[in-house]
Amino acid sequence: MYDIKALYEAESVSHAVQLLVEHKDADIIAGGSDVLVQMREGRRAGKELVSIYGLDELRGVSMEDDGTIRIGSLTSFSHITKDPIIQKYINVLGEAVDMVGGPQIRNIGTIGGNTCNGVTSADSASTLHAWDAIVEIAGPEGIRRESIHDFYIKAKKVDLRPGELQVAILIPKESYEGYYGNYIKYAMRNAMDIATLGCSVNVKLSQDKAVIEDVRIAYGVAGPVPLRATHAEETGRGKAVCEETFEQVAAAVLQDIAPRDSWRASKAFREHIAQVLCKRALKESVRLAGGAINE
Amino acid sequence: MEKEHIVGKSINRVDAIEKVTGRAKYVDDITDKDAYVVKIVHSTIAHGYVKSIDISEAEKVEGVVKVVTCFDVPDLPFGTAGHPYSTDPAHQDVCDRKLLNTHVRYYGDDIAAVVAEDEVAAAQAARLITVEYEELPFVLDVEDALKEDAPLIHEEYEHNILKHTSINKGNYEEARKEPGLIKVEGWYETPTVQHCHIENFICSAYMEKGRMVVTSSTQIPHIVRRVVGQALGIPWGKVRVIKPYIGGGFGNKQDVLYEPLCAYLSMVLGGRLVKLENSREETFVSNRVRHAFKAHITSYVRKDGTFVARKMDLYSNQGGYASHGHSVVAKALGAFPQLYPCDNVEGDAYTVYTNRPVAGAMRGYGIPQSMFLYESHADDIAKVLGMNPYEFRFKTLMPKGYTDAFSKNCNYEDTFRQVMEKGNAYIHYLDKYEKYKNQTGDIRRGVGLSVFWYNTGVWPISLESSSCRMVLNQDGSIQLQLGETEIGQGADTAFSQMAAETLGIPFEDVHIVSTQDTDLTPFGTGAYASRQTYIAGFVIHQTASLMKEHILNVAVELTRQMKDNMDLINGNIVRVTDGKVLMSLGELATERLYSLQKSEHITAESTYQIKNNAYSFGCTFAEVEVDIPACKVEVKDIINVHDCGRLINPKLAQAQVHGGMSMGIGYGLTEKLMFDERTGKALNNNLLDYKLSTMMDHPHLEGQFIENYEPTSAYGTKSLGEPPACSVAPAIRNAVLNATGVAVNELPLNPHILFKRFKEEGLI
Repeated sequence: MYDIKALYEAESVSHAVQLLVEHKDADIIAGGSDVLVQMREGRRAGKELVSIYGLDELRGVSMEDDGTIRIGSLTSFSHITKDPIIQKYINVLGEAVDMVGGPQIRNIGTIGGNTCNGVTSADSASTLHAWDAIVEIAGPEGIRRESIHDFYIKAKKVDLRPGELQVAILIPKESYEGYYGNYIKYAMRNAMDIATLGCSVNVKLSQDKAVIEDVRIAYGVAGPVPLRATHAEETGRGKAVCEETFEQVAAAVLQDIAPRDSWRASKAFREHIAQVLCKRALKESVRLAGGAINE
Repeated sequence: MEKEHIVGKSINRVDAIEKVTGRAKYVDDITDKDAYVVKIVHSTIAHGYVKSIDISEAEKVEGVVKVVTCFDVPDLPFGTAGHPYSTDPAHQDVCDRKLLNTHVRYYGDDIAAVVAEDEVAAAQAARLITVEYEELPFVLDVEDALKEDAPLIHEEYEHNILKHTSINKGNYEEARKEPGLIKVEGWYETPTVQHCHIENFICSAYMEKGRMVVTSSTQIPHIVRRVVGQALGIPWGKVRVIKPYIGGGFGNKQDVLYEPLCAYLSMVLGGRLVKLENSREETFVSNRVRHAFKAHITSYVRKDGTFVARKMDLYSNQGGYASHGHSVVAKALGAFPQLYPCDNVEGDAYTVYTNRPVAGAMRGYGIPQSMFLYESHADDIAKVLGMNPYEFRFKTLMPKGYTDAFSKNCNYEDTFRQVMEKGNAYIHYLDKYEKYKNQTGDIRRGVGLSVFWYNTGVWPISLESSSCRMVLNQDGSIQLQLGETEIGQGADTAFSQMAAETLGIPFEDVHIVSTQDTDLTPFGTGAYASRQTYIAGFVIHQTASLMKEHILNVAVELTRQMKDNMDLINGNIVRVTDGKVLMSLGELATERLYSLQKSEHITAESTYQIKNNAYSFGCTFAEVEVDIPACKVEVKDIINVHDCGRLINPKLAQAQVHGGMSMGIGYGLTEKLMFDERTGKALNNNLLDYKLSTMMDHPHLEGQFIENYEPTSAYGTKSLGEPPACSVAPAIRNAVLNATGVAVNELPLNPHILFKRFKEEGLI
């Protein structure tokens, strides 16, 4: 039994916007894997809910004419993992969301919910940051787009204004073309866990596979919101594919991340693991891109 | 007609179909939907006094029926341990809590209860209750609780010591003076963990004809009946406890949890049906947990590995209330001089109150903790001596023929060496240990070994008694009733096999009554101490023999054959001299029941008191891969080998071993209930943050057996319920030692502790 004050079911995106405008205190519910848990805990007890779960137009993955990959916000994790477009162009995202919780959660949980939560540990978030994803938002003023880097404001707070809902996540062609990526979720067990630290890396190698033309490194749980390791990226860009480069990039990560001491993990531990993950995810990305790794 | 053997066969569980199809009824299924719902209000300080509670806003919530606080309940302290009662007051459990408490002893103690028409109203009201406290300093660890200036958690217990016992054998101080001895010593420590059974605790209560009827998810219905009577101050006969199917317990439900409070709330509401169900978050904090142990062990050994003198100081973290109290650490202390016999031993065990959640019974009852302490220490000794840990154990473990003076338990066979040989044959420990011991690199392999000591039941510390009833139906089938409970482990199936075997009827003709109802079920103390298969075996054998005797006497009258020439085989009265089937048991039962000359309903009932105990030993071998930079351990292969006597049902025995190994892997690698040092609040009391291991964290779990027939037992069997969880964690710890050379003396071996230890040892 849930302590729900009222439930309004949206019939279209514009109806959802209208409901959100009419019910200013209402929360959006999609798959419910976070909202209902928090409601049971008392954190959202007695709230009004606007359900967007029935909006099938927000489900699915497609490719737009300009090569942008469009992921509807209600697309479930398991759908993303199995989607052929994802698998072909940004497989790492499918792998990342396949590490969320367990099979039941992955069937009900949505990528929109995962990002709108604003939590730094979301398994999709670091990879979306690494791909420079764009968030598409519908609201009373119509549709607007925003970089995912700006969408995250602070812990548990994203840039959704009154009456707004996230409708899609877009990955532009220039973000993924020629890039190969790897995500490592570091957690305390192999299923049903949240990340102690997550690291998503993608690289673009030179034609001869000897030089890292570009590298993007993103973290979850290395700060209050997912973040990009810009110093480490700078360190790696243009460098030769070799062990020394991997070491240097990993070491530079400490300039970028700001993990904190908490009962879940100490700062020192997270800093150590951040370097280990960076090196491993970078090496795996290079390997996927066709680079030579000497073990 | 050949007698068919049913004991020893892998027969499907009697409750399998009901459970997998969801038709089995649990407490919530059988509680009327119009039951009032209880929500408990828990303290938000770790130690202090409730000065006042404001319930005025809570009472205004629509649907709220009643709010009861710690100022309202009867002044009747009671104990909660699921121990058999003792008529000797000196052996009775400590009575140190009331239904709700004004002196709160841990963050999460019970201070008020809301009764409402539904759970939403109850939760809303509970949130509106405000409490004023007088806060006292609190202590979470035994070291702090023992300090001179520590706050007293229960005023009558000085230094917060609930109990202290010692063992003294030979002369430790003199013996250790022997020249040339090698001294090995260390501190070892285990965490607070929780049972995490699937079904959270739930009970309901109502009154009928002036009596209290409690339906509970419990392992111990007859004990719950007594304690409800004690806590409410009503005669025990006025209490009826019903135990349907339950979703596991692992010892948490070998404690009286909220049955007395639920019954009390029904009573103050005129006997109205009231239901109390814990959330998972409450289950972690406000039920029971496993005692955290800490020990300092010193061993003096000769170069050849012989133990000369040993000393141990062992501390058990009791939490806020006594519950099972000192019994748990006493069992661990008792095992210390037996596992590795030594002529000169000093041991002290202390059970210390702290402001942590209450520790009670949990699978293994002090032995998973103590095996981590003792078996880690054993590998540490072997390392100092430069001996292979397998060979060190082979040389020093309890020998065949060893008899314990107190329990009279005898090690009839050379069990330890047999199980170790079998485990080594599977995992190739001896080869791998040498191969792995000097590795370099980031990723390393290791093998580890641990044995465990266990026994069966609680004799001679407590009563061991069990009663059984068999009722013959017209078709020759029987109902079988026992006070011993099915809690998911498969007890009903094993009992049915024993009854069919001894009585001489087909397995399908035994209809076991799974539900215990203290109005209807003969007395038995329930599921704990891995006792039931052994203990119930005696009374099933005795009752089936009585029943058979009775049936054959009737057969004499009906067939005019000599009694000694007849037997009951596979549900038929058979003349054994020529094998002729004289009549079926169904024909006999029908004829007798409806006889116009001598009608009789054939039944048998008896009680058996057991004054024996039986050793039950085994071991774990584990192979691990350690990822040093990632501070992670993965179990690659693992085997448990048990000697639990003859297997009643090999498939169920395997399942029991798998479950225990899973629990052991969690204990070894991930599980730890954590507390905020500033407030005493549990930090991770949910299944996301408390890292119970999952299927994805396990390799194949190999379970093997040595079937030495237990000579004291009715069916040659002995304990297997708890033993599988006892030796897994130290085997993993010792495997990490083999892989890395790093001794980790603290559970769990999670990345946080490995990060700390690998840094200390310069590996990262």
